[in-house]
Amino acid sequence: MPVAEEKPARTRLIGGPGMLLVWLYGVMVVGAVSRSVVQIATEFDKAPLAYSLSAVAGLVYGFITYSLVRGGETARKAALVCCAAELVGVLTVGTWTLVDPSAFPDATVWSDYGMGYLFIPVLLPVTAMFWLRKARTEVPAGEQG
Amino acid sequence: MLDALTWATAVAALVLAAWCGWAAYRDQPTKDWHFIGMAVVSLLALVQLVVGIVQLARGEKPEQGTTIFVSYLIGAFACIPAAGFMSLAERTRWGSVTVAAGGVVLAVLQVRLYDIWGG
Repeated sequence: MPVAEEKPARTRLIGGPGMLLVWLYGVMVVGAVSRSVVQIATEFDKAPLAYSLSAVAGLVYGFITYSLVRGGETARKAALVCCAAELVGVLTVGTWTLVDPSAFPDATVWSDYGMGYLFIPVLLPVTAMFWLRKARTEVPAGEQG
Repeated sequence: MLDALTWATAVAALVLAAWCGWAAYRDQPTKDWHFIGMAVVSLLALVQLVVGIVQLARGEKPEQGTTIFVSYLIGAFACIPAAGFMSLAERTRWGSVTVAAGGVVLAVLQVRLYDIWGG
């Protein structure tokens, strides 16, 4: 245990179900980032808010994916916070698009709670948060990386 | 030609998804046969990529834009190999689930490709 201060063994976050999460997050990164890059580059004026939100979503997904792959307690906590932020984002933007569709001339990744992406955007953060919470309890204290 | 390939790839992707889903259900990792299946599906996606680019070179225009069309073609091609490598790293049933999810994603991409091309 004293060694743990100097050389903390990183919690492996991509074992088992974590691998599936990384895959789905990876797909969402590619989807959200490439979509927003194309839209911002070619038709930003049409729906600036929608495209900016897609870009933000892409960044959040990217960070979570990186955290999952990197592993470790800090990354786990950071990913947990980002998943919560992601969930809040999906719920806010999802509700926003339903209440005030005029603000969104074009869809975002998070429109209608991610319906265009098979609701993966709203299911993923919930699943990931369960997984990340479980990952903490399962780690043996003195595990060596 | 392109439409036929799109449907063939979508169906093959769903079959692969079901097959790997079955392996996951039986608590098995992906095996050699699964990788051959992945290779077949990836080959279909590669042929589709080449045919798509040839169609573009011959002056045909996708309904929703060339950039989006090409990015979806590339995404569709990369989809199964990426999932396959991840299942190599995860030698449990979850590797199989990942490939199954990859198959579903590819099928969705094919539906989108069909729309983008304007079928």
